[in-house]
Amino acid sequence: MNAPLPGPLNDNPNLNRWVAFPSPGKVTVLTGRVELGQGVLTAMAQIAADELDIAIERVTVRSGDTEKAPNEGYTAGSQSIQFGGIAIRQACADVRTLFLEQAAKVLGCKVDDLSIRDGRIHRNGTSTGQDYWTLSGAVDLTVKATGGGARKRVADLKSVGTSNARFDLPGKIFGESAFIHDMQIDGMVHARVVRQPNRGATIGAIDENAIRRAAKGPIEFVRNGNFLAILGADETAVEAAGVAAVNHVTWRNIEAPTPTQQEANWLLQRPVVERVFGAPDAGNAQSKERYEATYTRGYLAHASISPSCGLAIYRDSKLTVWTHCQGVYPLRAALAKTLKLEPSSIVVHHVQGSGCYGHNGADDAAADAAIIAMQKPGQAIRVRWRREEEFIYEPKTPAMVVKVRALLDDAGKPVDWTQEIWSPTHNQRPGAGGNLLGAIALPDPPPEPPPNDVPEANGGGATRNAEPLYDIPAKRILHHLVTEAPVRTSALRGLGAMPNVFALECCIDELAERAGQDPVQYRLSITGDVRARAVIEKVAAMAKWQAGAPGGTGTGRGIAFARYKNRAAYSSVVVELSVDEEIRLHRVWCATDAGLVINPDGVINQLEGGIIQSASWVLKEQVRFDNGVASFDWETYPVLKFSEVPEIEIELINTKDEVPLGVGEVTAGPTAAAIGNAVSHALGARIRDLPLTRERIMAALLKE
Amino acid sequence: MPKKFDFSVNGKAVSVSLDNEETPLLNVLRNELGLMGTRFGCGLEQCGCCMVLVDGAPEKCCTKPVWNVAGKQIITVEGLGNAARPHPLQQAFIDEQAAQCGFCLAGILISAKALLDKNPEPSRAEIAQALDANICRCGSHNRIIRAVEKAAAIMRAGASG
Repeated sequence: MNAPLPGPLNDNPNLNRWVAFPSPGKVTVLTGRVELGQGVLTAMAQIAADELDIAIERVTVRSGDTEKAPNEGYTAGSQSIQFGGIAIRQACADVRTLFLEQAAKVLGCKVDDLSIRDGRIHRNGTSTGQDYWTLSGAVDLTVKATGGGARKRVADLKSVGTSNARFDLPGKIFGESAFIHDMQIDGMVHARVVRQPNRGATIGAIDENAIRRAAKGPIEFVRNGNFLAILGADETAVEAAGVAAVNHVTWRNIEAPTPTQQEANWLLQRPVVERVFGAPDAGNAQSKERYEATYTRGYLAHASISPSCGLAIYRDSKLTVWTHCQGVYPLRAALAKTLKLEPSSIVVHHVQGSGCYGHNGADDAAADAAIIAMQKPGQAIRVRWRREEEFIYEPKTPAMVVKVRALLDDAGKPVDWTQEIWSPTHNQRPGAGGNLLGAIALPDPPPEPPPNDVPEANGGGATRNAEPLYDIPAKRILHHLVTEAPVRTSALRGLGAMPNVFALECCIDELAERAGQDPVQYRLSITGDVRARAVIEKVAAMAKWQAGAPGGTGTGRGIAFARYKNRAAYSSVVVELSVDEEIRLHRVWCATDAGLVINPDGVINQLEGGIIQSASWVLKEQVRFDNGVASFDWETYPVLKFSEVPEIEIELINTKDEVPLGVGEVTAGPTAAAIGNAVSHALGARIRDLPLTRERIMAALLKE
Repeated sequence: MPKKFDFSVNGKAVSVSLDNEETPLLNVLRNELGLMGTRFGCGLEQCGCCMVLVDGAPEKCCTKPVWNVAGKQIITVEGLGNAARPHPLQQAFIDEQAAQCGFCLAGILISAKALLDKNPEPSRAEIAQALDANICRCGSHNRIIRAVEKAAAIMRAGASG
């Protein structure tokens, strides 16, 4: 009896969905996971090369394609390696076994006598003249995976565990066409959408003449309900028209978010759906002491370096779409619903875009192109959002209020923990809880989805990492799911993990201080999890952590820890910084345990990126509202600059016998909280609201 | 009536005819000349994805009208080197795996080239300051700075050797 197949392989059991031998010496590996700048395709090739016993140079990875690649839902949640990788591993192991069985048949020997070296079949160590490609005609890969192929022992892995260079970087470094934005299709026209400001807004007047004058070149208008687009062969004219249209198209029923709504505390008085998880209420617990503190974070933008882009063509009753979204199959389903087509008549191809970090405008830009393509059959359409359009209309990660209540024992250790959260949803992905932006502007728009958030089984949305991993006898989460937000909210790197870990790890420091204990020692005293202890001890050693370093000197150090979703990678971060009017990050140390490491440099790269992005969120970022979204470019939404980035030192605890785990999101929470704790150490005053602006620093100092 | 604009790109003379003399150089490079390495990031001269050298100086070209570069020499990322003959900066970026999504790289390579042309031995702080003209959203900053330091060292060794 074989072990159950890995989830994605169970969902897509036919082996030809995963592996193909297209020509002598070449192997194609197919994956539903897509490249978002995280290097996942190179890691997948390493896994496949080891299981197939071939050189990695022979492997081409194809991904995100509804015609050929497996359906693995979204590339999200740091799950590609953990689940998608194991699926490839098992599929390749099954394929390898089928070829060995066929070779044994052809050679008239036992499978046990055979081995594979770089794709060639050897018998008792000698080449047989057979290989994957001589045998591939006789091996039927349309069969279903059985899970019967023995996966390589960790000790026998060759490529896995090495820092194989990324396949995709040279093209990007030499300036080749590497991104969806660079795609050229014969007869393609450029398009910009005149965005509906909000659901229910209707077009008043369109000053076509003014827009045409601004374009300085031929343009065409395409309209369907309140979906209005401008098309033309010359991108310069179309872009100029798109800019001008903002001021020359009037709308009725505009609802513009206000400055009051931009603050997290606005959420406290809104309609909610109540959700409760964990231990029953402590009621009149016997505990002597109670500690309570409230932490907030504002709305954030993904702020991908490039605005979203999508291409589409509708020809011979078939719609073909190119997109840089995170899930080609869910997008296909959402497009089918919007355009009233059968999913089987839509093909969606993934093409790389810039880093996305979650649900940005990618799906919507693809839908824009598809909606226009349906009205212009035979015409290839390229939509590229404008910079302001991306900032204003991309889904934001929601503001959150997190209130922590801890009951303490005589030694000042928590015995009961309540994390109470106010947050709008973290999931409005098309098809999974939200709508395509363009669909809402069409006649007969889809209804607003009922209030929902990411299920706990998938790690939760606002509740992600709301439960401390520490040894606390009773823990509970109260989630007030705010049902109406001033802007569309959805998934950004880590979802609720960053505000939750910020809150609970700052609170742990406050409790340590209250108990007169060092933050590192205090954490170790309330956790028995061996892997948690290991990363905390490791990072403390790396940073040469000293207990009792005096606070309030203007320079400070802070530590924080999390296990992502309480079931994935472990990470602990120490930050050293100084504060005068502003915060200056000096150094960051990070120790991470992500199980078996596929590509060490790739893992370190992702951890560094998570640390820097989280530092940027904490020090600088909040989406402002003022009669609409007022953060619409890089001056109104500044991010961390090169001269503001700290030096970072990372060590991996390579627990080779543990499942490989994703690392894109694990550092977001610990970095935020370590900065919060270091600022508190430096100032001798606690700031519990993000971002840590100059105003908040001054206010905290005045309060002392 | 289209107007003709003559300038050079990566050492080759080019001549383009355009109805709109305000057409940004970026659109000319990408849509008229097929040079896709220089990227559109904002169209506001803020992010640096579209950085090119104009007569040796780093300039953002997403709003720079084509008439403004008539008679000038433009260098784009394609002009630095290629897979067969990589520029030391390009080789160092590969060696250091100095990217995540890589969308910002073309502009950053150009800013780094301009820095090293002026200052062959920049400090880490000087590199960071020069690259403040560019935004990297993925958090590859430290790798990028390391790659520029490495390229500078290799270029100095090459110049003295």
